[in-house]
Amino acid sequence: MKVTIDSISIEVEPGTTILNAARMIGGDIVPPAMCYYSKLEGSGGKCRTCLVKVSKGSEKDPRPMPKLVASCRTTVMDGMEVQNISSPEVIEARKGVVEMLLINHPLDCPVCDQAGECHLQDLGYEHGAAKTRYEFDRRTFERIDIGDKIQLHMTRCILCYRCVFVADQITDHRIHGILNRGDHSEISTYITAAVDNDFSGNVIDVCPVGALTDKTFRFKNRVWFTKPVEAHRDCDHEKCNGKVTLWYKGEDVIRVTARKDEYGEVEEFICNTCRFDKKKTADWVIEGPRKVSNKSVISSNHYDTLKPLPVVKTNPLLQQANKEQFERETRL
Amino acid sequence: MESLSNKKKVLEVKPLNFWERAYLPAIAKGLSITMGHFFKKPVTIQYPEQKREFSENFRGQHSLKRDENGAERCTACGLCALSCPAEAITMTAAERQKDEEHLYREEKYAAVYEINMLRCIFCGLCEEACPKEAIYLDGDVVASDYLRKDFIYGKDKLVEAPLNQ
Repeated sequence: MKVTIDSISIEVEPGTTILNAARMIGGDIVPPAMCYYSKLEGSGGKCRTCLVKVSKGSEKDPRPMPKLVASCRTTVMDGMEVQNISSPEVIEARKGVVEMLLINHPLDCPVCDQAGECHLQDLGYEHGAAKTRYEFDRRTFERIDIGDKIQLHMTRCILCYRCVFVADQITDHRIHGILNRGDHSEISTYITAAVDNDFSGNVIDVCPVGALTDKTFRFKNRVWFTKPVEAHRDCDHEKCNGKVTLWYKGEDVIRVTARKDEYGEVEEFICNTCRFDKKKTADWVIEGPRKVSNKSVISSNHYDTLKPLPVVKTNPLLQQANKEQFERETRL
Repeated sequence: MESLSNKKKVLEVKPLNFWERAYLPAIAKGLSITMGHFFKKPVTIQYPEQKREFSENFRGQHSLKRDENGAERCTACGLCALSCPAEAITMTAAERQKDEEHLYREEKYAAVYEINMLRCIFCGLCEEACPKEAIYLDGDVVASDYLRKDFIYGKDKLVEAPLNQ
């Protein structure tokens, strides 16, 4: 089936969604997605950030679709023509969606641990308005500890349902879900029961905002001061292959996450042992520094040339002086 | 070669006449200028005792501000350190405890906040980056000192004095 997105054509299998077809093309024309997660079946259709305009329905029926459609949920038709960034209508609608998502989202980015790798932050930066038109109080909740390792800030939640799908599909039994409906919906375990099984930590990675955060990383450091390094270990768990990203601050691993691809989706889910318990360099086989997009705040102030100059490498006197200098500085 | 501007002047050095060779009128003229300055307002000031008024946009030593209730505004978001071109700022965050609401404004605060005054170039980007209006370069000139370690200013030197003192 041939589909044209922003006048770039691609052949895809029947049943592919517009979003996935756009991802096959890649680049700027991929619609953003806050709730769709390719590794989770049934996700998508909640947040409406991936809205696109279908200007030609199909070869047989070339009428345009009457309204903007959610690209994560709409499958392609042969000869379909889609407009994403080339349509001002879509950009305008997306701006509206971002405003809607931010209605109840607190602007506590300076406090939130997700800042710097938050999809809502990026989306707001790209599409949102600097000021809100909302005059009422935002809804607030007390923060909840889900077990001793995961913290839920319900105020930050945008109800994407990703964590519910993780609990449904990745972990063997699900304890949490969404209570109430509409404006009153909230992620909850009903009675604060611990979400406790081997893969529960993955809800942290799938959360597009800072609603579910790692308690072992809470306020430890800002993401952009840490250094991501790819590593793996031989994990005993049969479903986990132990491929992770370690986030270093100096010599210490202060956080372990799964590896995320360019759309912010994890490549493989990891178990809680890898995530929470293995925080020593000795536990891991280091593969190398993680490639970070130069647009990302995480890549700021990380220099490539932190190696000693060649002259220092060959001259033992300079090496000694360097060492002394370093020791003196660290002592201070 | 002919000069391009045609402004060249050829100087003529004439031999000095008698009075000029005696130098006395020149000395008297010089002394009268010196004397004249005794009765003018001096342009210098006695610095440590007297201080000049700074311009409105002068940037001096940083201060970490408190809010109207006397709680520290800084929430250790790290944007000042991120924006700092000299990488002079470091901080360690901590979580506010139940009974510390009057001390810190947000649920996170800077337990350690250090500025290396030797690295700082007083550009004011930290002030601009701060989302909480917590840091301002509104202090005096940073004092000189003898040891490098004494230029690393911690919260003891940076945080504003509490309101009721």
